Amino acid sequence: MQTVLSVAIDALAYGMVLFVISIGLSITMGLMRVVNLAHGAFAMIGGYLASYAARDLGLGYAAALLIAVIGTIIIAIPLERFLYRRIYGAPELTQVLMTIGITFCIIGIANFVFGPTLKTIPLPETLRGATDVGFRTIATHRIFAIAIGAAIAVLLWCLVEKTSYGIRLRASVDNSAMAAALGVRTELVYAASFAIAVGLAALGGAVGAELLPVEPYYALRYMVTFLVVVSIGGSGSIGGALLASLLLGAIDTTGRYFAPEYGEFFFYLAVIVIVAVFPRGLAGRRA
Amino acid sequence: MIGFREDMMKSLFLTTVACAMLGTAAFADTIKVGVIGPFSGPFALQGKNFKAGIDAWLAVNGNKVGDDEIEIVYRDIPAADPAKSKALAQELVVREKVQYLAGFYFTPDAMAATPLLQQGNVPMVVMNAATSAIVTTSPYVVRTSFTTWQTTTPMATVARESGVSKVITLVSDYGPGIDAESAFKAAFEKDGGKVVEAIRMPLSTNDFSPLMQRVKDSGAEALFAFLPSGPPTLAFVKAYNDTGLKTAGIKFLATGDLTQESDLPALGEQATGLMTTFHYAVSHDSPENKAFVEAASKAIGNPAELSFPAVGAYDGMYVISKMIEATGGEQNADQAVEAVKGLTWTSPRGPVTIDPDSRHITQTIYLREVAKDGDHYINKEVKSFEKQGDPGLAHVKK
Repeated sequence: MQTVLSVAIDALAYGMVLFVISIGLSITMGLMRVVNLAHGAFAMIGGYLASYAARDLGLGYAAALLIAVIGTIIIAIPLERFLYRRIYGAPELTQVLMTIGITFCIIGIANFVFGPTLKTIPLPETLRGATDVGFRTIATHRIFAIAIGAAIAVLLWCLVEKTSYGIRLRASVDNSAMAAALGVRTELVYAASFAIAVGLAALGGAVGAELLPVEPYYALRYMVTFLVVVSIGGSGSIGGALLASLLLGAIDTTGRYFAPEYGEFFFYLAVIVIVAVFPRGLAGRRA
Repeated sequence: MIGFREDMMKSLFLTTVACAMLGTAAFADTIKVGVIGPFSGPFALQGKNFKAGIDAWLAVNGNKVGDDEIEIVYRDIPAADPAKSKALAQELVVREKVQYLAGFYFTPDAMAATPLLQQGNVPMVVMNAATSAIVTTSPYVVRTSFTTWQTTTPMATVARESGVSKVITLVSDYGPGIDAESAFKAAFEKDGGKVVEAIRMPLSTNDFSPLMQRVKDSGAEALFAFLPSGPPTLAFVKAYNDTGLKTAGIKFLATGDLTQESDLPALGEQATGLMTTFHYAVSHDSPENKAFVEAASKAIGNPAELSFPAVGAYDGMYVISKMIEATGGEQNADQAVEAVKGLTWTSPRGPVTIDPDSRHITQTIYLREVAKDGDHYINKEVKSFEKQGDPGLAHVKK
C-alpha cells in the first residue's frame, strides 16, 4: 500500500510538471491552429531568464518567475508580429518548417549567450529540501509544482469558458472571418492568446527546471513529450491536457518503478492505444 | 607597350615557378592531425574541451616538433554517428592527407574509423571514447583517456572497505552503462559483496524518483550509479537527496562522469559529499596540472567549463608529438605506434604509461569527494589507486 501511494505521488508530481509546460502548446495548436515546434524553445528562454534573474541578479524566486514570464512574452511579441502572423492558417508543413527553424536559431543563440553548461534556478529556503508527507518524504518543490499546475488549470478554464475574452477567442477560432465581421478584433485576440501560451511555456520552463534542467538543447530534447501530451489530450482542451498529463505521468512513473528495463515501452504503448481509440485525443473536438 | 606586358607576364611566371620549387624543396614539413569530435550540438561542451586540451598543449610546447610543424584539422560530429565518422575519417586521410587521426568522443565513432587505419597508414589516438574493445580492433589505436571498467573497478573495493555488502546498481541502458554494471558486479562479487538488483535506465529518463523508491525497497546499503555527463545527472542527484535516501544512510557510489567539473556549479550543494572514482580531477594538486589548467583555462575562455576530455586531448597531443619525433615526420604508422609503446610520463593527472600490450593508458584512479573550496565545488581527491590498467580487456568478446 505504501509503495502504491508513493508511486502515485511521484506520478502526480511528474504529470503536473508535464501539464504546466504542455498546456501552452495545447493552446497554440488547438485554439490557434499553429503547430508551434518552438514551444520548447520558449520554455527554455523562460528557464534561462529565471536562472539569470535569480542567480546573477540575486532576485527572489517569485520575482524570477515573473521576469521569466514577462521577459519571454516581450521576446515573443516581435516574433508573433513578424513571423507567426504569416503562418496562421498556412499548411502544417510550412508551420513546422518555420517553427523548427526558429527553434534552431534560439538554440544557437542560447548556446552563444549562456554557454553549453547546465543552468539552475536557486530555490527559496521554503521550497528547498524535502517535506515529510507521513509515509515518505517528497521534494517540497514538487508540491509547489503540483499546486501551480492545479492553479493554472482552474484559471485557464475560467478564462476560456467564463470571460468575454474567452468567448471572442472561441469565436475567432471557430470562424475567424465571421468573428471579424461581427466586430471581434481577431488579430488582437490571436496576439493575446499567443502571449498567454508563451507565458505559460516560460512559467513551465522555470518551474519545471528542477526536473528538466535548462541547457541549450532543452528546446528539442523534451519536445516529443510535450507533443505527445497535446495529441493525447486533444489539442485546445484544458481538461484534456490535464487528464493526458496525469495519465501519461502515471503510466510512465509506474512503468519505471515496476519494470525499468522496459524503458519507455509502456509510455508509448499507452500513446498508441489511446490514439487508436481516440484519434482526436481524450477530449478532442471535431474540427 | 606590348613588350612590357610580355616581360611582366614572363617574370610573373618565373616567380611563380620559383616559389613552387622553393615550396617543395623546403626541409620542414607540415604534419596534419585530423581531430574528430562533437564541436556543435548537445555535446559541444565536450568537443570544446578537446579543443582546449589541444590548444593548451600547443600553447605550452609550441606547434613545432623538430623542424616539422603541426597543423590541426577539426571535423565536427555533433552526436554519435558511425557512418558519418567513417566518412569524415576517410576524407581527412584521403583529401586532407592527415598523418594522424585523433579525438573521438563516442565509442561507435571510434570503432567505425579503425578499419581505415591499416590501409591509410595512419595511427589513431583516442582522446575519450571509453569502451575497452576499441584498442583491440586495430594495432594502430592508442588511447589516452580511460575506460569505464578502469574507473569503475576501484569503486567496488571502496564499497567493500567501507563495510557495504549489498549494493543495487543503476546504470544508463547503453554500452558504457552496461560496462559499468558488469565491471562493478565483477569486482564487488569477487570481494564477497552482493549486487541485489541491477537496474538499467533508458537514456531519456528525466524523472528518477520512482527508481529511488525502488532503491529504498531493495534493502541495499548503497547504490552504484553510472550516467553519462549531462543534464540527467542533475535530476538524478536531486532525486537521491529529495526522496530521503541520503538521510536514510544509503551510500551513493558512482564514477566521475556524474560529477564532472563543468556540471558541479549546477549540482552545487546537492552533490556535497558524493564519492566518485575517476582518472582526473581539475583540482588535482601537482605542478604539471597547475600549468595545464592555466593554459587550458585560457584556451577554453571560461574556466568553469573545463572538464576531463581536455586532459585526454592534452596527453593525446603529447603522444602524437612523440610519434612525430620517432618517425622524423615521415608517414609510418607502424614505427609511430611502436615508439610510444611503454612510453611513460607525468601527465597533469599523475604518472601514466602507455601499456605496450593493449596500447591503453595505465594510470592512477582517484577516489574523490565533492567538497566546497572557497566559493566553488571541486572533486577533492581522498585516496589513490596506482597503476590501474584496463580490467575490461579480459572481458572483450573475441
